[in-house]
Amino acid sequence: MRNIWIICRKELGSYFASPVAYLLLTMFGVIFGFFFWNALGYFVVEGMEMQMRGQSFPMNLNEQIIRPLLSNVGVIGLFFIPMITMRLFAEEKRTGTIELLATSPVRDLEIIVGKWLAALILYCCLLLFTAVNFAFLFKYGNPDWKPLAMGYLGLLLQAGALLAIGTFISTLTKNQIIAGAATFGVELLLWVIGWVGEYETSMWARVLSYLSIITHFESFGRGVLDSKDAVFYLTLIFLGLFFTARSMESLRWRS
Amino acid sequence: MITVKDLTKRYARTIAVDQISFEVAKGQIVGFLGPNGAGKTTTMRMLTCFLPPSAGTATVAGFDVLEHPLEVKRRIGYLPETPPIYPEMETAEYLKFVGKLKGLSGADLGKRVDYVCGRCAISDVKNKLLGKLSKGYRQRVGLAQAIIHNPDVLILDEPTAGLDPKQINETRDLIKDLAGEHTIILSTHILPEVEQTCEQVIIINKGKLVATDSVRNLQARARGAESVVIEVAGRNGTLDVPIVQHKLEQVSGVSRVLCKQQIDSRALFEVESQKGRSVRGDLARTVVQCGWDLNELRPAAMSLEEIFLQLTGSEAPAERAEEPKVLVQESQQ
Repeated sequence: MRNIWIICRKELGSYFASPVAYLLLTMFGVIFGFFFWNALGYFVVEGMEMQMRGQSFPMNLNEQIIRPLLSNVGVIGLFFIPMITMRLFAEEKRTGTIELLATSPVRDLEIIVGKWLAALILYCCLLLFTAVNFAFLFKYGNPDWKPLAMGYLGLLLQAGALLAIGTFISTLTKNQIIAGAATFGVELLLWVIGWVGEYETSMWARVLSYLSIITHFESFGRGVLDSKDAVFYLTLIFLGLFFTARSMESLRWRS
Repeated sequence: MITVKDLTKRYARTIAVDQISFEVAKGQIVGFLGPNGAGKTTTMRMLTCFLPPSAGTATVAGFDVLEHPLEVKRRIGYLPETPPIYPEMETAEYLKFVGKLKGLSGADLGKRVDYVCGRCAISDVKNKLLGKLSKGYRQRVGLAQAIIHNPDVLILDEPTAGLDPKQINETRDLIKDLAGEHTIILSTHILPEVEQTCEQVIIINKGKLVATDSVRNLQARARGAESVVIEVAGRNGTLDVPIVQHKLEQVSGVSRVLCKQQIDSRALFEVESQKGRSVRGDLARTVVQCGWDLNELRPAAMSLEEIFLQLTGSEAPAERAEEPKVLVQESQQ
Protein backbone atom coordinates (compact mmCIF):
# COMPACT_ATOMS: atom_id res chain seq x y z
CA MET A 1 0.00 0.00 0.00
CA ARG A 2 2.81 2.36 0.93
CA ASN A 3 4.62 1.55 -2.29
CA ILE A 4 1.52 2.23 -4.37
CA TRP A 5 1.32 5.68 -2.81
CA ILE A 6 5.03 6.36 -3.40
CA ILE A 7 4.70 5.50 -7.10
CA CYS A 8 1.45 7.43 -7.37
CA ARG A 9 2.94 10.57 -5.81
CA LYS A 10 5.93 10.39 -8.13
CA GLU A 11 3.69 10.03 -11.19
CA LEU A 12 1.54 12.96 -10.16
CA GLY A 13 4.71 14.95 -9.62
CA SER A 14 5.82 14.10 -13.16
CA TYR A 15 2.45 15.13 -14.60
CA PHE A 16 2.55 18.48 -12.88
CA ALA A 17 6.27 19.09 -13.38
CA SER A 18 5.84 18.87 -17.14
CA PRO A 19 3.37 20.92 -19.17
CA VAL A 20 1.23 17.80 -19.75
CA ALA A 21 -1.11 18.27 -16.81
CA TYR A 22 -1.54 22.01 -17.34
CA LEU A 23 -2.15 21.57 -21.04
CA LEU A 24 -4.81 18.93 -20.42
CA LEU A 25 -6.45 20.96 -17.67
CA THR A 26 -6.56 24.10 -19.80
CA MET A 27 -7.87 22.35 -22.87
CA PHE A 28 -10.47 20.45 -20.93
CA GLY A 29 -11.54 23.55 -19.02
CA VAL A 30 -12.02 25.52 -22.22
CA ILE A 31 -13.78 22.75 -24.11
CA PHE A 32 -16.10 21.80 -21.30
CA GLY A 33 -16.77 25.46 -20.55
CA PHE A 34 -17.93 25.88 -24.12
CA PHE A 35 -20.18 22.80 -23.92
CA PHE A 36 -21.68 24.11 -20.69
CA TRP A 37 -22.25 27.62 -22.02
CA ASN A 38 -23.80 26.17 -25.14
CA ALA A 39 -26.15 23.86 -23.27
CA LEU A 40 -27.15 26.58 -20.85
CA GLY A 41 -27.78 29.08 -23.62
CA TYR A 42 -30.02 26.62 -25.42
CA PHE A 43 -31.86 25.87 -22.19
CA VAL A 44 -32.50 29.54 -21.44
CA VAL A 45 -33.66 30.41 -24.95
CA GLU A 46 -35.96 27.41 -25.05
CA GLY A 47 -37.40 28.33 -21.66
CA MET A 48 -38.17 31.88 -22.79
CA GLU A 49 -39.82 30.65 -25.99
CA MET A 50 -42.01 28.29 -23.99
CA GLN A 51 -43.12 31.12 -21.78
CA MET A 52 -43.87 33.37 -24.72
CA ARG A 53 -46.05 30.67 -26.26
CA GLY A 54 -47.77 30.28 -22.96
CA GLN A 55 -46.90 26.62 -22.68
CA SER A 56 -45.71 25.27 -19.38
CA PHE A 57 -43.65 22.34 -20.47
CA PRO A 58 -41.63 21.20 -17.47
CA MET A 59 -38.05 22.39 -17.65
CA ASN A 60 -35.55 20.25 -15.82
CA LEU A 61 -31.92 21.15 -15.24
CA ASN A 62 -30.97 17.56 -14.49
CA GLU A 63 -32.52 16.12 -17.61
CA GLN A 64 -31.71 18.90 -20.02
CA ILE A 65 -28.29 20.09 -18.92
CA ILE A 66 -26.54 17.82 -16.46
CA ARG A 67 -27.32 14.49 -18.07
CA PRO A 68 -26.31 15.32 -21.65
CA LEU A 69 -23.25 17.20 -20.42
CA LEU A 70 -22.08 14.27 -18.35
CA SER A 71 -22.26 11.95 -21.32
CA ASN A 72 -20.40 14.59 -23.33
CA VAL A 73 -17.66 14.48 -20.69
CA GLY A 74 -17.41 10.74 -21.35
CA VAL A 75 -16.86 11.44 -25.04
CA ILE A 76 -14.35 14.23 -24.43
CA GLY A 77 -12.58 11.78 -22.12
CA LEU A 78 -11.98 9.48 -25.08
CA PHE A 79 -9.69 12.15 -26.49
CA PHE A 80 -8.00 13.08 -23.22
CA ILE A 81 -7.41 9.67 -21.69
CA PRO A 82 -4.84 8.52 -24.28
CA MET A 83 -2.88 11.70 -23.56
CA ILE A 84 -2.90 10.86 -19.86
CA THR A 85 -1.83 7.24 -20.14
CA MET A 86 0.51 7.23 -23.11
CA ARG A 87 3.61 8.15 -21.15
CA LEU A 88 3.03 5.92 -18.12
CA PHE A 89 5.21 3.00 -19.19
CA ALA A 90 6.40 4.00 -22.66
CA GLU A 91 8.48 6.83 -21.21
CA GLU A 92 10.03 4.63 -18.52
CA LYS A 93 10.92 2.06 -21.13
CA ARG A 94 12.49 4.65 -23.40
CA THR A 95 14.67 6.29 -20.75
CA GLY A 96 15.53 3.03 -18.99
CA THR A 97 14.08 4.09 -15.66
CA ILE A 98 11.92 0.99 -15.80
CA GLU A 99 15.07 -0.84 -14.68
CA LEU A 100 15.11 1.19 -11.49
CA LEU A 101 11.49 0.34 -10.71
CA ALA A 102 11.87 -3.31 -11.64
CA THR A 103 14.99 -3.77 -9.49
CA SER A 104 13.53 -2.03 -6.44
CA PRO A 105 11.85 -4.10 -3.74
CA VAL A 106 8.40 -3.30 -5.09
CA ARG A 107 5.87 -5.66 -6.64
CA ASP A 108 4.88 -5.20 -10.28
CA LEU A 109 1.27 -4.81 -9.27
CA GLU A 110 2.15 -1.98 -6.88
CA ILE A 111 3.88 -0.14 -9.72
CA ILE A 112 0.93 -0.66 -12.05
CA VAL A 113 -1.78 0.31 -9.58
CA GLY A 114 0.26 3.32 -8.45
CA LYS A 115 0.56 4.60 -11.99
CA TRP A 116 -3.07 3.91 -12.83
CA LEU A 117 -4.16 5.66 -9.65
CA ALA A 118 -2.10 8.73 -10.54
CA ALA A 119 -3.76 8.83 -13.96
CA LEU A 120 -7.18 8.54 -12.31
CA ILE A 121 -6.37 11.38 -9.92
CA LEU A 122 -5.36 13.59 -12.84
CA TYR A 123 -8.68 12.72 -14.48
CA CYS A 124 -10.44 13.74 -11.26
CA CYS A 125 -8.70 17.09 -11.53
CA LEU A 126 -10.23 17.45 -15.00
CA LEU A 127 -13.65 16.63 -13.54
CA LEU A 128 -13.19 19.43 -11.02
CA PHE A 129 -13.67 21.87 -13.89
CA THR A 130 -17.08 20.38 -14.60
CA ALA A 131 -17.94 20.71 -10.92
CA VAL A 132 -17.09 24.42 -11.03
CA ASN A 133 -19.49 24.86 -13.94
CA PHE A 134 -22.25 22.82 -12.32
CA ALA A 135 -21.89 24.87 -9.15
CA PHE A 136 -23.53 27.78 -11.03
CA LEU A 137 -26.59 25.63 -11.64
CA PHE A 138 -26.90 25.10 -7.92
CA LYS A 139 -26.48 28.80 -7.27
CA TYR A 140 -29.16 30.00 -9.70
CA GLY A 141 -31.34 26.91 -9.99
CA ASN A 142 -32.43 23.97 -8.06
CA PRO A 143 -31.17 20.72 -9.62
CA ASP A 144 -31.21 17.39 -7.81
CA TRP A 145 -27.71 16.53 -6.63
CA LYS A 146 -28.19 12.76 -6.42
CA PRO A 147 -28.24 12.00 -10.16
CA LEU A 148 -25.24 14.29 -10.53
CA ALA A 149 -23.29 12.35 -7.91
CA MET A 150 -24.25 9.09 -9.59
CA GLY A 151 -23.15 10.55 -12.91
CA TYR A 152 -19.75 11.39 -11.46
CA LEU A 153 -19.43 7.86 -10.09
CA GLY A 154 -20.21 6.53 -13.57
CA LEU A 155 -17.65 8.84 -15.16
CA LEU A 156 -15.00 7.71 -12.69
CA LEU A 157 -15.71 4.05 -13.38
CA GLN A 158 -15.73 4.64 -17.11
CA ALA A 159 -12.48 6.60 -16.98
CA GLY A 160 -10.95 3.95 -14.72
CA ALA A 161 -11.68 1.35 -17.36
CA LEU A 162 -10.34 3.46 -20.23
CA LEU A 163 -7.25 4.39 -18.22
CA ALA A 164 -6.59 0.73 -17.46
CA ILE A 165 -6.72 -0.05 -21.18
CA GLY A 166 -4.40 2.89 -21.89
CA THR A 167 -1.98 1.75 -19.18
CA PHE A 168 -1.85 -1.69 -20.75
CA ILE A 169 -1.18 -0.32 -24.23
CA SER A 170 1.57 1.91 -22.81
CA THR A 171 3.52 -1.15 -21.70
CA LEU A 172 3.63 -2.47 -25.25
CA THR A 173 5.87 0.17 -26.77
CA LYS A 174 8.71 2.57 -26.08
CA ASN A 175 7.09 5.23 -28.21
CA GLN A 176 4.59 7.54 -26.52
CA ILE A 177 2.97 8.57 -29.79
CA ILE A 178 2.30 4.97 -30.75
CA ALA A 179 0.91 4.24 -27.30
CA GLY A 180 -1.35 7.27 -27.47
CA ALA A 181 -2.58 6.64 -31.00
CA ALA A 182 -3.26 2.96 -30.34
CA THR A 183 -5.12 3.78 -27.13
CA PHE A 184 -7.24 6.33 -28.93
CA GLY A 185 -8.02 3.85 -31.70
CA VAL A 186 -9.05 1.11 -29.30
CA GLU A 187 -11.18 3.46 -27.19
CA LEU A 188 -12.88 4.98 -30.20
CA LEU A 189 -13.72 1.50 -31.42
CA LEU A 190 -15.11 0.59 -28.01
CA TRP A 191 -17.36 3.61 -28.31
CA VAL A 192 -18.72 3.20 -31.84
CA ILE A 193 -19.05 -0.56 -31.57
CA GLY A 194 -22.36 -0.03 -29.80
CA TRP A 195 -23.95 1.64 -32.83
CA VAL A 196 -24.83 -1.66 -34.47
CA GLY A 197 -27.36 -2.21 -31.69
CA GLU A 198 -29.47 0.60 -33.09
CA TYR A 199 -30.59 -1.20 -36.23
CA GLU A 200 -29.74 -4.85 -35.63
CA THR A 201 -31.15 -7.04 -32.89
CA SER A 202 -29.52 -10.39 -33.49
CA MET A 203 -27.23 -12.01 -30.97
CA TRP A 204 -23.89 -10.68 -32.26
CA ALA A 205 -25.20 -7.14 -32.43
CA ARG A 206 -26.35 -7.32 -28.84
CA VAL A 207 -22.94 -8.63 -27.78
CA LEU A 208 -21.21 -5.80 -29.61
CA SER A 209 -23.45 -3.16 -28.17
CA TYR A 210 -22.95 -4.64 -24.73
CA LEU A 211 -19.21 -4.18 -25.20
CA SER A 212 -19.64 -0.49 -25.93
CA ILE A 213 -18.12 1.65 -23.24
CA ILE A 214 -20.66 4.45 -23.72
CA THR A 215 -23.94 2.53 -23.45
CA HIS A 216 -23.09 1.42 -19.94
CA PHE A 217 -22.97 5.01 -18.86
CA GLU A 218 -26.63 5.69 -19.61
CA SER A 219 -27.93 4.28 -16.34
CA PHE A 220 -25.44 6.35 -14.34
CA GLY A 221 -26.46 9.44 -16.31
CA ARG A 222 -30.08 8.89 -15.32
CA GLY A 223 -28.97 8.68 -11.70
CA VAL A 224 -29.48 4.95 -11.40
CA LEU A 225 -26.84 2.64 -10.03
CA ASP A 226 -27.24 -0.43 -12.18
CA SER A 227 -24.99 -3.18 -10.85
CA LYS A 228 -24.74 -4.67 -14.33
CA ASP A 229 -23.06 -1.53 -15.65
CA ALA A 230 -20.89 -1.06 -12.59
CA VAL A 231 -19.69 -4.65 -12.92
CA PHE A 232 -18.90 -4.06 -16.58
CA TYR A 233 -16.60 -1.16 -15.77
CA LEU A 234 -15.02 -2.89 -12.80
CA THR A 235 -14.35 -5.94 -14.96
CA LEU A 236 -12.67 -3.77 -17.60
CA ILE A 237 -10.51 -2.11 -14.93
CA PHE A 238 -9.51 -5.48 -13.56
CA LEU A 239 -8.80 -6.91 -17.02
CA GLY A 240 -6.80 -3.88 -18.09
CA LEU A 241 -4.58 -3.97 -15.01
CA PHE A 242 -4.27 -7.74 -15.23
CA PHE A 243 -3.06 -7.54 -18.83
CA THR A 244 -0.67 -4.76 -17.82
CA ALA A 245 0.83 -7.06 -15.20
CA ARG A 246 1.15 -9.90 -17.72
CA SER A 247 2.71 -7.54 -20.23
CA MET A 248 5.28 -6.33 -17.70
CA GLU A 249 6.13 -9.90 -16.90
CA SER A 250 6.57 -10.84 -20.53
CA LEU A 251 8.74 -7.76 -20.93
CA ARG A 252 11.18 -9.41 -18.60
CA TRP A 253 11.12 -12.75 -20.33
CA ARG A 254 11.61 -11.24 -23.76
CA SER A 255 13.42 -8.07 -22.90
CA MET B 1 27.91 -13.17 -1.03
CA ILE B 2 27.03 -13.98 -4.60
CA THR B 3 26.90 -17.49 -5.95
CA VAL B 4 26.15 -18.14 -9.58
CA LYS B 5 25.78 -21.64 -10.88
CA ASP B 6 25.30 -22.68 -14.53
CA LEU B 7 23.44 -19.46 -15.16
CA THR B 8 21.97 -19.42 -18.67
CA LYS B 9 19.86 -16.93 -20.58
CA ARG B 10 18.34 -17.91 -23.87
CA TYR B 11 16.47 -15.59 -26.15
CA ALA B 12 14.37 -16.74 -29.06
CA ARG B 13 17.28 -17.75 -31.25
CA THR B 14 20.43 -16.79 -29.40
CA ILE B 15 22.06 -17.77 -26.15
CA ALA B 16 23.14 -14.58 -24.42
CA VAL B 17 24.69 -16.20 -21.38
CA ASP B 18 25.81 -19.79 -21.43
CA GLN B 19 26.27 -21.74 -18.20
CA ILE B 20 28.27 -19.24 -16.24
CA SER B 21 29.38 -20.15 -12.72
CA PHE B 22 31.32 -18.00 -10.29
CA GLU B 23 31.39 -16.86 -6.71
CA VAL B 24 32.06 -13.50 -5.14
CA ALA B 25 33.11 -13.25 -1.52
CA LYS B 26 31.91 -10.56 0.84
CA GLY B 27 33.63 -7.20 0.52
CA GLN B 28 35.32 -8.08 -2.75
CA ILE B 29 35.42 -5.86 -5.77
CA VAL B 30 35.07 -7.82 -8.94
CA GLY B 31 35.54 -6.72 -12.51
CA PHE B 32 33.25 -8.18 -15.08
CA LEU B 33 35.14 -8.03 -18.31
CA GLY B 34 34.24 -8.77 -21.87
CA PRO B 35 33.88 -7.25 -25.30
CA ASN B 36 30.63 -5.54 -26.18
CA GLY B 37 27.80 -8.01 -26.49
CA ALA B 38 29.54 -10.65 -24.41
CA GLY B 39 26.62 -11.01 -22.01
CA LYS B 40 27.79 -8.76 -19.19
CA THR B 41 24.63 -6.70 -18.95
CA THR B 42 22.40 -9.75 -19.27
CA THR B 43 24.21 -11.47 -16.41
CA MET B 44 23.92 -8.37 -14.26
CA ARG B 45 20.25 -8.04 -15.06
CA MET B 46 19.71 -11.59 -13.93
CA LEU B 47 21.53 -10.90 -10.68
CA THR B 48 19.34 -7.86 -10.04
CA CYS B 49 16.13 -9.82 -10.76
CA PHE B 50 15.36 -7.68 -13.79
CA LEU B 51 15.54 -10.70 -16.05
CA PRO B 52 14.74 -14.23 -14.96
CA PRO B 53 17.39 -16.82 -15.88
CA SER B 54 16.43 -19.53 -18.39
CA ALA B 55 18.39 -22.13 -16.45
CA GLY B 56 20.78 -22.34 -13.55
CA THR B 57 20.66 -20.50 -10.25
CA ALA B 58 21.95 -17.29 -8.81
CA THR B 59 21.85 -16.42 -5.12
CA VAL B 60 22.62 -13.08 -3.55
CA ALA B 61 23.25 -13.00 0.20
CA GLY B 62 21.71 -16.44 0.43
CA PHE B 63 18.48 -15.60 -1.42
CA ASP B 64 17.63 -17.10 -4.78
CA VAL B 65 16.81 -14.53 -7.46
CA LEU B 66 13.78 -16.48 -8.68
CA GLU B 67 12.35 -17.56 -5.34
CA HIS B 68 12.89 -14.47 -3.20
CA PRO B 69 13.29 -11.57 -5.62
CA LEU B 70 12.11 -8.97 -3.09
CA GLU B 71 14.74 -10.03 -0.55
CA VAL B 72 17.44 -9.94 -3.21
CA LYS B 73 16.31 -6.52 -4.46
CA ARG B 74 16.44 -5.16 -0.93
CA ARG B 75 20.12 -6.09 -0.72
CA ILE B 76 21.21 -4.86 -4.13
CA GLY B 77 22.07 -1.44 -5.42
CA TYR B 78 22.10 -1.29 -9.18
CA LEU B 79 23.42 1.27 -11.61
CA PRO B 80 22.35 0.37 -15.15
CA GLU B 81 24.36 1.42 -18.18
CA THR B 82 22.42 4.67 -18.51
CA PRO B 83 21.67 6.18 -15.10
CA PRO B 84 17.92 5.68 -14.48
CA ILE B 85 16.98 9.28 -13.77
CA TYR B 86 13.82 11.26 -14.32
CA PRO B 87 14.81 14.50 -16.06
CA GLU B 88 11.88 16.43 -14.57
CA MET B 89 12.94 15.73 -10.98
CA GLU B 90 15.42 17.55 -8.78
CA THR B 91 18.40 15.65 -7.43
CA ALA B 92 17.33 15.57 -3.78
CA GLU B 93 13.72 14.85 -4.70
CA TYR B 94 14.84 11.97 -6.90
CA LEU B 95 17.08 10.47 -4.23
CA LYS B 96 14.24 10.72 -1.74
CA PHE B 97 11.95 8.92 -4.14
CA VAL B 98 14.44 6.10 -4.71
CA GLY B 99 15.12 5.90 -0.97
CA LYS B 100 11.43 5.49 -0.28
CA LEU B 101 11.13 2.86 -2.98
CA LYS B 102 13.93 0.93 -1.30
CA GLY B 103 12.15 1.07 2.03
CA LEU B 104 13.69 4.06 3.81
CA SER B 105 11.50 6.59 5.61
CA GLY B 106 11.43 9.48 8.03
CA ALA B 107 14.60 10.95 9.48
CA ASP B 108 16.59 7.99 8.23
CA LEU B 109 15.76 8.93 4.66
CA GLY B 110 16.92 12.53 5.07
CA LYS B 111 20.16 11.42 6.65
CA ARG B 112 20.92 8.93 3.90
CA VAL B 113 20.17 11.49 1.18
CA ASP B 114 22.60 13.94 2.79
CA TYR B 115 25.16 11.19 3.24
CA VAL B 116 25.13 9.92 -0.35
CA CYS B 117 25.15 13.48 -1.69
CA GLY B 118 28.34 14.12 0.24
CA ARG B 119 29.81 10.80 -0.68
CA CYS B 120 29.22 11.17 -4.40
CA ALA B 121 30.05 14.89 -4.47
CA ILE B 122 26.66 16.02 -5.72
CA SER B 123 25.68 18.27 -2.82
CA ASP B 124 26.10 21.35 -5.02
CA VAL B 125 23.45 20.17 -7.50
CA LYS B 126 20.92 19.04 -4.92
CA ASN B 127 18.25 21.44 -6.09
CA LYS B 128 18.92 21.25 -9.81
CA LEU B 129 16.79 19.45 -12.36
CA LEU B 130 18.35 16.14 -13.30
CA GLY B 131 17.68 16.81 -16.97
CA LYS B 132 20.01 19.80 -16.83
CA LEU B 133 22.95 18.00 -15.23
CA SER B 134 26.09 17.06 -17.14
CA LYS B 135 26.87 13.44 -17.91
CA GLY B 136 29.39 13.21 -15.08
CA TYR B 137 26.91 14.48 -12.51
CA ARG B 138 24.20 12.17 -13.81
CA GLN B 139 26.51 9.23 -13.45
CA ARG B 140 27.26 10.23 -9.86
CA VAL B 141 23.58 10.70 -9.11
CA GLY B 142 23.13 7.20 -10.52
CA LEU B 143 25.79 5.93 -8.16
CA ALA B 144 24.23 7.80 -5.23
CA GLN B 145 20.90 6.23 -6.09
CA ALA B 146 22.49 2.77 -6.02
CA ILE B 147 23.98 3.16 -2.55
CA ILE B 148 21.14 5.07 -0.90
CA HIS B 149 19.79 2.12 1.07
CA ASN B 150 23.28 0.95 2.01
CA PRO B 151 23.01 -2.35 0.14
CA ASP B 152 25.27 -5.33 0.73
CA VAL B 153 25.90 -5.73 -2.97
CA LEU B 154 26.53 -3.07 -5.58
CA ILE B 155 26.14 -3.90 -9.24
CA LEU B 156 27.51 -1.28 -11.59
CA ASP B 157 27.12 -1.60 -15.34
CA GLU B 158 29.92 0.32 -17.06
CA PRO B 159 30.06 3.05 -14.42
CA THR B 160 32.67 5.09 -16.29
CA ALA B 161 31.25 4.90 -19.80
CA GLY B 162 31.01 8.26 -21.49
CA LEU B 163 32.90 10.25 -18.86
CA ASP B 164 35.93 12.45 -19.44
CA PRO B 165 39.30 11.28 -18.07
CA LYS B 166 39.09 13.36 -14.91
CA GLN B 167 35.61 12.13 -14.13
CA ILE B 168 36.69 8.56 -14.86
CA ASN B 169 39.43 8.86 -12.24
CA GLU B 170 37.04 10.38 -9.71
CA THR B 171 34.47 7.68 -10.30
CA ARG B 172 37.08 4.96 -9.96
CA ASP B 173 38.31 6.42 -6.70
CA LEU B 174 34.77 6.60 -5.44
CA ILE B 175 34.16 2.96 -6.34
CA LYS B 176 37.39 1.88 -4.67
CA ASP B 177 36.31 3.86 -1.66
CA LEU B 178 33.01 2.06 -1.49
CA ALA B 179 34.63 -1.36 -1.70
CA GLY B 180 35.14 -1.64 2.02
CA GLU B 181 31.44 -1.47 2.84
CA HIS B 182 29.89 -3.21 -0.13
CA THR B 183 30.54 -6.18 -2.31
CA ILE B 184 30.90 -4.72 -5.77
CA ILE B 185 30.54 -6.14 -9.24
CA LEU B 186 31.37 -3.74 -12.01
CA SER B 187 31.32 -4.43 -15.69
CA THR B 188 33.53 -2.76 -18.20
CA HIS B 189 35.32 -3.26 -21.46
CA ILE B 190 38.07 -0.89 -20.43
CA LEU B 191 40.97 -3.00 -19.21
CA PRO B 192 43.07 -0.57 -17.18
CA GLU B 193 39.97 0.07 -15.15
CA VAL B 194 39.94 -3.51 -13.97
CA GLU B 195 43.67 -3.47 -13.29
CA GLN B 196 43.25 -0.34 -11.21
CA THR B 197 40.10 -1.00 -9.27
CA CYS B 198 39.42 -4.70 -9.02
CA GLU B 199 40.90 -7.54 -7.04
CA GLN B 200 39.15 -10.24 -8.97
CA VAL B 201 38.36 -10.52 -12.66
CA ILE B 202 35.69 -12.48 -14.42
CA ILE B 203 36.20 -12.56 -18.16
CA ILE B 204 33.37 -13.60 -20.40
CA ASN B 205 33.19 -13.79 -24.15
CA LYS B 206 30.22 -14.65 -26.33
CA GLY B 207 28.23 -15.63 -23.25
CA LYS B 208 30.80 -18.09 -21.99
CA LEU B 209 33.05 -17.80 -18.97
CA VAL B 210 36.65 -17.54 -20.15
CA ALA B 211 38.54 -16.97 -16.93
CA THR B 212 37.95 -16.05 -13.33
CA ASP B 213 40.88 -15.26 -11.11
CA SER B 214 42.65 -12.46 -9.30
CA VAL B 215 44.31 -9.84 -11.46
CA ARG B 216 47.79 -10.86 -10.33
CA ASN B 217 47.23 -14.57 -10.89
CA LEU B 218 45.89 -13.93 -14.33
CA GLN B 219 48.94 -11.94 -15.27
CA ALA B 220 51.23 -14.62 -13.95
CA ARG B 221 49.26 -17.36 -15.63
CA ALA B 222 49.29 -15.78 -19.02
CA ARG B 223 52.96 -15.01 -18.89
CA GLY B 224 54.15 -18.42 -17.76
CA ALA B 225 57.81 -17.42 -17.61
CA GLU B 226 59.29 -14.18 -16.34
CA SER B 227 60.38 -11.73 -18.96
CA VAL B 228 62.28 -8.45 -19.06
CA VAL B 229 62.56 -5.73 -21.63
CA ILE B 230 66.04 -4.49 -22.32
CA GLU B 231 67.26 -1.69 -24.59
CA VAL B 232 70.82 -1.79 -25.81
CA ALA B 233 72.67 0.91 -27.73
CA GLY B 234 75.96 0.68 -29.61
CA ARG B 235 78.73 3.13 -28.67
CA ASN B 236 79.90 4.23 -32.12
CA GLY B 237 76.58 4.53 -33.89
CA THR B 238 76.31 0.93 -35.00
CA LEU B 239 74.94 -2.14 -33.36
CA ASP B 240 75.09 -5.68 -34.61
CA VAL B 241 71.77 -7.09 -33.52
CA PRO B 242 72.49 -10.81 -34.04
CA ILE B 243 75.65 -10.55 -31.92
CA VAL B 244 73.82 -8.84 -29.08
CA GLN B 245 71.10 -11.44 -29.29
CA HIS B 246 73.63 -14.22 -29.21
CA LYS B 247 75.39 -12.75 -26.18
CA LEU B 248 72.16 -12.29 -24.30
CA GLU B 249 71.14 -15.85 -24.98
CA GLN B 250 74.32 -17.07 -23.40
CA VAL B 251 73.46 -15.53 -20.06
CA SER B 252 72.53 -18.39 -17.78
CA GLY B 253 68.82 -18.75 -17.09
CA VAL B 254 67.71 -17.08 -20.30
CA SER B 255 65.42 -19.20 -22.40
CA ARG B 256 64.52 -16.94 -25.30
CA VAL B 257 65.52 -13.58 -26.71
CA LEU B 258 63.34 -11.61 -29.05
CA CYS B 259 64.35 -8.48 -30.89
CA LYS B 260 61.29 -6.31 -30.82
CA GLN B 261 62.49 -3.11 -32.41
CA GLN B 262 65.58 -1.54 -33.90
CA ILE B 263 66.13 2.16 -34.47
CA ASP B 264 69.56 3.15 -35.77
CA SER B 265 72.03 1.93 -33.20
CA ARG B 266 69.49 1.09 -30.56
CA ALA B 267 67.59 -2.16 -30.20
CA LEU B 268 64.86 -3.35 -27.92
CA PHE B 269 64.85 -6.98 -26.80
CA GLU B 270 62.42 -9.01 -24.84
CA VAL B 271 64.21 -11.60 -22.80
CA GLU B 272 62.35 -14.54 -21.32
CA SER B 273 63.90 -16.45 -18.50
CA GLN B 274 63.11 -19.67 -16.77
CA LYS B 275 60.65 -19.42 -13.97
CA GLY B 276 61.95 -18.26 -10.64
CA ARG B 277 65.36 -17.07 -11.90
CA SER B 278 66.34 -13.47 -11.79
CA VAL B 279 68.58 -12.68 -14.75
CA ARG B 280 68.51 -8.93 -14.67
CA GLY B 281 71.85 -8.49 -12.94
CA ASP B 282 73.62 -10.87 -15.32
CA LEU B 283 72.04 -9.25 -18.35
CA ALA B 284 73.20 -5.80 -17.29
CA ARG B 285 76.72 -7.04 -16.65
CA THR B 286 76.92 -8.79 -20.01
CA VAL B 287 75.81 -5.72 -21.91
CA VAL B 288 78.26 -3.44 -20.16
CA GLN B 289 81.14 -5.91 -20.45
CA CYS B 290 80.62 -6.18 -24.20
CA GLY B 291 81.00 -2.41 -24.50
CA TRP B 292 77.38 -1.48 -25.25
CA ASP B 293 75.24 1.02 -23.48
CA LEU B 294 72.36 -0.20 -21.34
CA ASN B 295 69.53 2.28 -21.90
CA GLU B 296 66.68 0.50 -20.22
CA LEU B 297 65.99 -2.62 -18.23
CA ARG B 298 62.56 -3.39 -16.80
CA PRO B 299 60.31 -6.33 -16.05
CA ALA B 300 57.74 -6.81 -18.78
CA ALA B 301 54.48 -7.23 -16.99
CA MET B 302 51.93 -8.48 -19.41
CA SER B 303 49.09 -6.02 -19.49
CA LEU B 304 45.62 -7.26 -18.87
CA GLU B 305 44.90 -6.17 -22.38
CA GLU B 306 47.20 -8.81 -23.80
CA ILE B 307 45.82 -11.44 -21.46
CA PHE B 308 42.34 -10.46 -22.44
CA LEU B 309 43.04 -10.67 -26.13
CA GLN B 310 44.87 -13.93 -25.62
CA LEU B 311 41.92 -15.38 -23.74
CA THR B 312 39.15 -14.07 -25.92
CA GLY B 313 41.23 -14.86 -28.99
CA SER B 314 41.53 -13.42 -32.47
CA GLU B 315 42.25 -9.71 -32.47
CA ALA B 316 45.84 -9.74 -31.21
CA PRO B 317 47.73 -10.82 -34.36
CA ALA B 318 45.82 -8.47 -36.60
CA GLU B 319 46.67 -5.49 -34.45
CA ARG B 320 50.34 -6.39 -34.30
CA ALA B 321 50.56 -6.65 -38.05
CA GLU B 322 49.36 -3.11 -38.45
CA GLU B 323 52.36 -1.65 -36.66
CA PRO B 324 54.97 -1.24 -39.38
CA LYS B 325 58.01 -0.54 -37.23
CA VAL B 326 57.93 -3.73 -35.28
CA LEU B 327 60.35 -6.32 -36.44
CA VAL B 328 59.85 -9.73 -35.00
CA GLN B 329 62.87 -11.97 -35.20
CA GLU B 330 62.82 -15.35 -33.68
CA SER B 331 66.10 -16.27 -32.11
CA GLN B 332 67.95 -19.13 -33.72
CA GLN B 333 67.71 -21.55 -30.89
